Amino acid sequence: MAAQIFSAIFVIIVGVGGCVAYFWGANKALDTIFPSRGVKGAAAIDNLRRQGLIRPWLFVGPAMIILTIYLIYPVVETLRLSFLDRGGANFVGLANYQWAFGDREFRNSILNNIVWLAVVPAACTFLGLIIAVLTDKIWWGTIAKSLIFLPLAISFVGASVIWKFIYEYRGEGQTQIGLLNAIIQYFGGQPQVWISLPFWNNFFLMVILIWIQTGFAMVILSSALRGIPEETLEAAVIDGANPFQIFWKIMVPQIWGTIAVVWTTITILVLKVFDIVLTMTNGQWNSQVLANLMFDWMFRGGGDFGRGATIAIIIMIAVIPIMVWNIRQANKETGGH
Amino acid sequence: MAASTGKSFAGRFGVHIAVLIFVAIWTIPTLGILASSLRDKDQIIASGWWNSFASSSQTEAGRLPAASAQVEKDGKFVIQGNIFADGAARDISAFGVKSAAPTQYAAGTTADLGDGVTLQLNADGSFIMQSPKAFEGERGQRVYYASSAPPKFTTDNYDTVLFSEGIGRSFMNSLTVTIPSTVIPILIAAFAAYALAWMRFPGRALLIAVIIGLLVVPLQMSLIPLLKLYNGVGSFFGVPSKTYLGIWLAHTGFGLPFAIYLLRSYIAGLPREIMESARIDGASDFEIFVKIVLPLSFPVLASFAIFQFLWVWNDLLVAMVFLGTEGDQIVLTAKLNALLGSRGGDWEILTTSAFVTIIVPLIVFFSLQRYFVRGLLAGSVKGG
Repeated sequence: MAAQIFSAIFVIIVGVGGCVAYFWGANKALDTIFPSRGVKGAAAIDNLRRQGLIRPWLFVGPAMIILTIYLIYPVVETLRLSFLDRGGANFVGLANYQWAFGDREFRNSILNNIVWLAVVPAACTFLGLIIAVLTDKIWWGTIAKSLIFLPLAISFVGASVIWKFIYEYRGEGQTQIGLLNAIIQYFGGQPQVWISLPFWNNFFLMVILIWIQTGFAMVILSSALRGIPEETLEAAVIDGANPFQIFWKIMVPQIWGTIAVVWTTITILVLKVFDIVLTMTNGQWNSQVLANLMFDWMFRGGGDFGRGATIAIIIMIAVIPIMVWNIRQANKETGGH
Repeated sequence: MAASTGKSFAGRFGVHIAVLIFVAIWTIPTLGILASSLRDKDQIIASGWWNSFASSSQTEAGRLPAASAQVEKDGKFVIQGNIFADGAARDISAFGVKSAAPTQYAAGTTADLGDGVTLQLNADGSFIMQSPKAFEGERGQRVYYASSAPPKFTTDNYDTVLFSEGIGRSFMNSLTVTIPSTVIPILIAAFAAYALAWMRFPGRALLIAVIIGLLVVPLQMSLIPLLKLYNGVGSFFGVPSKTYLGIWLAHTGFGLPFAIYLLRSYIAGLPREIMESARIDGASDFEIFVKIVLPLSFPVLASFAIFQFLWVWNDLLVAMVFLGTEGDQIVLTAKLNALLGSRGGDWEILTTSAFVTIIVPLIVFFSLQRYFVRGLLAGSVKGG
C-alpha cells in the first residue's frame, strides 16, 4: 500500500509537472523564436503580431486535443459503429436499429426510460421548489437545506445500498429489518419484495434518484427565489393574495427560466442513469433502462459493439434537442461580446 | 417574505412540521446504514436498526456437549456447563428440545425428556442434564432457546471490511484515481478558458459553441470507441489497456467541457481594466494569466475541483469500463457493486462498506459546501 501511495504521488507530480512544463515551455519558446523585447521597430511589431497569432493555440491546444480524442472522435465513431456488426468489421446497414425496435428488452427499456423521464425531473423540481419555499420561512432553514442537499454527495452505488437496505424483505410474520416492510407490517400490511414487482419496481428505483437530485433542484431554485424583487411580493400581499396565489401566480412565473434549466439538467441525468439500475436489479423484473442495456451489450458474450453503439446513438438523439437549445441560449448571451 | 405567508400560528407551525418531515425522509436512510455499520452482525439480522438501543430477542439453537463430557455422581450420569461458551451476557427466557416447540419450558425449570432424563437450563445459560443411565452417542442433545441480548455496538465491521474484504485497498485506489483526475483538467481548462475569454483568434466563437454542445453529450457515446482505442493502443505497445493513466485521461476528457465552460464564464467576467493596465505595463498573456487571472479565479477553481472530485470519486461507469471490475485496481464504487453481488445478504459488510465509500464525499461536501453551491449556481443557471 505504501508503494501505491508513493507511485500515486510520483505520477501526480509528473502529470501536473508535465502540464506546467508544457505551458511554461511553449510560451518561453514562442518568446524566444519571435522576440518582442530587445528588438526594435518593425521587427518587434511583426513578432508581436506573430505571437498574437500563435499564442492562443498554445493555450487551447491541449484542451482541443483531449476533447477531440475523448468526445468528438468517439461521437463520430459510435455513429459509424452503429451501422456495423458486432465486431465492427462488416457493414450491416440499419440492421442494428431494426433489431433494437424488435427486441423485447429494448422496447421495455424505452418504455421505462419514458416513465423515468416523466416522473423524476418533475418530482425533483416540484419537491425542490416546495422545500426551497418552506425553508425560506424558518430560522433553521439553512440546516434543513444542508441535510436535504447532502445526498447529492453520495454516489449512486452508495445510495443504492442505502435504499436496498430500506427495501429489504423478510417473509411474512418474521422480524422485518427493512424499514419500509417494517412500517407496512406494523400497520398490518403484507411485506413485499419491492424491487421485483414488475412495473412498480421502476418507481422504487426512481425514488433513489429523486432522493439524490431534489437537493440540487432546491439549491438552484432557492437562489432564483431570492432574486424575486421584494416589492413584487409586498404588492401582492397588499392586494390580498393568499400564500398559494403568491406561490403559483407570482413566484413560479418569475423563475420559469430557472425551472426549465433544472428540468433539462435532470432530464439529461435521467437519460444516462445506469448505476442505480445496475446495482439494484441489473435490469431484471422489467426494470431495464437504455444506459444499462448499452453497458450490458458492450460486454455480453464478448461484447456486441454494433448494438451497444446503436443504443448509445438513441440516447444521444434524445439529448440533441436540449443541446441545440443550450447552444442557442449561449449564443444569445454572448452575441454582443 | 416571512410576512407574506404563514402569519397564523397554525400556518407557521405547519411549515415547521412539513420541513421536519422532509428532513427526516432525507436523512433517515443514511442514518440507517451508519447505525447498522456499528452494530453487532447478529443483531443486525435479529432486529431493525431503529431498535439498535433496545435489547434484541431471538430464538437460537445450540448443542450440549456429547456423552464424553459426562461424569458419574451419586449413581447418576451428569453433563453440565454453560451453553454460552464465549460467556456472552445474554438472558434466556425459555428453552425447549424440539424445533417445533423451542420455548416449551421457562428458564430455570426442569424439563423431563423421558426415560428419567432431565434437563435444567437457567437464564444465564448454565445447564445441568441428568440421567439414570449412561449417555451415549457422538452428538450432544440439541436445545433451542429464546434469548435477549443487550444492544451491542462494535467497530469490528470496519476492521473486517477495511482489512479482509479489500475495501481499504479500494479506498487507496479511489484516491489514486481521483486526485490526478481532478488536478489535470483544472490546469488544462484554465488556460483554454483564458484564451477563449480574453484572446482574439479565428474560430473562437465556433470553439465555444462546440464546448457548450459537448456539455450534454452522454458519456455512453464515448465508451465503445475509447474501449477499442485503449485495447488497440494496449496491444500495439504491448502494455496493459486498463491503467490509471488511461482513466485519468478519460476523466480529464469527460470533465473538460464543464470545466472550460465554468471557468470561461467566470474569467470573462473579470474586470477588463485590470487586464489592460497590465498589458500596458508590458505583461504578456502568459504573465497576465499566471499573476492576475489565476489568483483572482480561485473561487471558481475550487468549485470545479470539488465537482470533479465528487464526480470521479462517485463514478462507477468509467471505472468499470477503463479499470475493470476485479483485480487490484478496483475502486470503491466498483468494489461495493461487486460486494452487492457476492455478499448480498450480509448487511454488516454492505452497510459498513457503503459508509466507507460515502464518508470522503460527505467530509468534502460539508467542509466546502460554500464553493460547491457557488459552482452549482454558476454552472447550471446559464447552461446545462
